[in-house]
Amino acid sequence: MVKNTFIFVLLVGFVFLFFNLFADFTGNTELNKLAGHYAESGHEEVGAANLVTAVVVTYRGLDTLGEVTILFLSAAIVSFLLKIETSSTDDRKLRTTSEILDTASKILVPVIFIFGIYVFINGHLTPGGGFQGGAIIASGLVLILLAKPLRQISQKLISIVESISGLSFVLLGVAGILFAAGFLDNKILSLGEFGTIFSAGLIPIIYIFVGLKVGAELSSIITNLQENQNEA
Amino acid sequence: MINLLIAIVIGILILIMAIVAIHNKNLVVGIIAAGAVSLFASILYLLLAAPDVAMTEAAIGSGLSTIIFFYVLNKIKKQNG
Repeated sequence: MVKNTFIFVLLVGFVFLFFNLFADFTGNTELNKLAGHYAESGHEEVGAANLVTAVVVTYRGLDTLGEVTILFLSAAIVSFLLKIETSSTDDRKLRTTSEILDTASKILVPVIFIFGIYVFINGHLTPGGGFQGGAIIASGLVLILLAKPLRQISQKLISIVESISGLSFVLLGVAGILFAAGFLDNKILSLGEFGTIFSAGLIPIIYIFVGLKVGAELSSIITNLQENQNEA
Repeated sequence: MINLLIAIVIGILILIMAIVAIHNKNLVVGIIAAGAVSLFASILYLLLAAPDVAMTEAAIGSGLSTIIFFYVLNKIKKQNG
């Protein structure tokens, strides 16, 4: 009873607090200085049609590097905690996969992979980018594992893709210091014609590496968990 | 106006799914409800003109994290006998 009264008082307090915030709220009629600069001169400075990509990859590229590093760390911790027995014989008793799931995975998995690749290659033109594309590729991998739970996905391939793309991402960033204005600057290549696929300088190339890296990291988390299912 | 109404309906659905996720005794239902929260949230992001965030939320929030929860739940069930 005391507990319920306490929760009720807390809720009333929150309602009071948020109603005051809501009552005073008036939306911004104009962008603040920094956002205005991005919105107005982002097209000339970066050349990406999708302004979110311009901010994520170029203006705030260092933050993206940090996010990718955090994702790498969590994938590494998952694979450290779930040690894989190399000689594990899979003797799980599994229900046979239904015909619908089996056929759908055969047809849909290539389509999902192509869509993921499309999302990160077109990250500078349409919504989406490296993170989204990588996550879509990893969800294609989930569909494979749902249809065939005993299938082995090569950890070696995943780690090679992950290391090469991570290294290339950092090297491209350093090349920005040497050949352009600063770390992860995209003007190493020419900006090209606005709105075409070969535009925005280095952004498509960086996003391809980010997409491969994110896809590989998420896939390694999924496959690690999947390979550990039969251990107690 | 119609967008605002849809947004309010989706917000209420998110709240219902969140309450189901917390209070349902069956963990499988709870996991699916948590995935549905993410799915509705991604629709809400799309209505609020943030398609980049919506794609991330749909793929990671409702796709990958749901399947990771299922793997972990399966492992915990095995360990507990």
